[in-house]
Amino acid sequence: MKSPLNQVLGLGSAKEGTSHWWHQRLTAVALVPLGLWFAIALLGLDFGSYDALVEWIRDPLTAVLLSLSVTCLAYHSWLGIQVVVEDYVGPKGARIVALLLSSFAHAFLLAASLFAVLKIAFGAAA
Amino acid sequence: MEGSKRPLSPFLNYRWGITNTLSILHRLTGVYLALGFLALARWLLALASGPEPYAGVAAFYGSAWFKLPLAGWVFCFFYHLANGVRHLAWDAGRGFGHAEIRASGIAVVVFAVAATALYIAIGML
Repeated sequence: MKSPLNQVLGLGSAKEGTSHWWHQRLTAVALVPLGLWFAIALLGLDFGSYDALVEWIRDPLTAVLLSLSVTCLAYHSWLGIQVVVEDYVGPKGARIVALLLSSFAHAFLLAASLFAVLKIAFGAAA
Repeated sequence: MEGSKRPLSPFLNYRWGITNTLSILHRLTGVYLALGFLALARWLLALASGPEPYAGVAAFYGSAWFKLPLAGWVFCFFYHLANGVRHLAWDAGRGFGHAEIRASGIAVVVFAVAATALYIAIGML
């Protein structure tokens, strides 16, 4: 009797079994106050005024909370999309391509958002 | 299978109910919110690019046909938020009773619809 068990016996555990699950929860808890802050802040903004929006992001507290928000959002979204892809995309090749695209897209969106917030925050006063 | 007393595999006797409907809705709203990250990053990049590029994006985001996707993000945000808190309670081992699961599910839907309506109403003032 041969079972797949002999392929893992003796290798020890990777010890990372719960990190995906845990990080998804960690970012979820962080996104509750951050998401509510962002949603409420949007209600008070004048989207027709470029200067007012830039002034809002230049506020240090806004810049920090926005940076934390997009970071947690990117991480949480990346982990979540990964689970959806793994559950619904069957063929191995398509699954790997989808996971690569999701990873690159999330990395790009995070870099773009952070750079934009910091550029405005560190920019010369209007 | 006739006469067999053996249990069926779960996917052979799935029925649509409130619990699995809300579960798949959690994933669907999550995927749609991920698309919202795209819109958010585009908005922030436009702001960082200057008044002229921002005006173009603002006109696009303020257009009539963009109101429906925008309202969709508001609903998905409140739904995913409320149902996410429900999931966190389950992770803590709470709320697994049959009646509790049903009640918390209904509460999530009521909250999401009410919060969406209230948010859009305040946003339009």
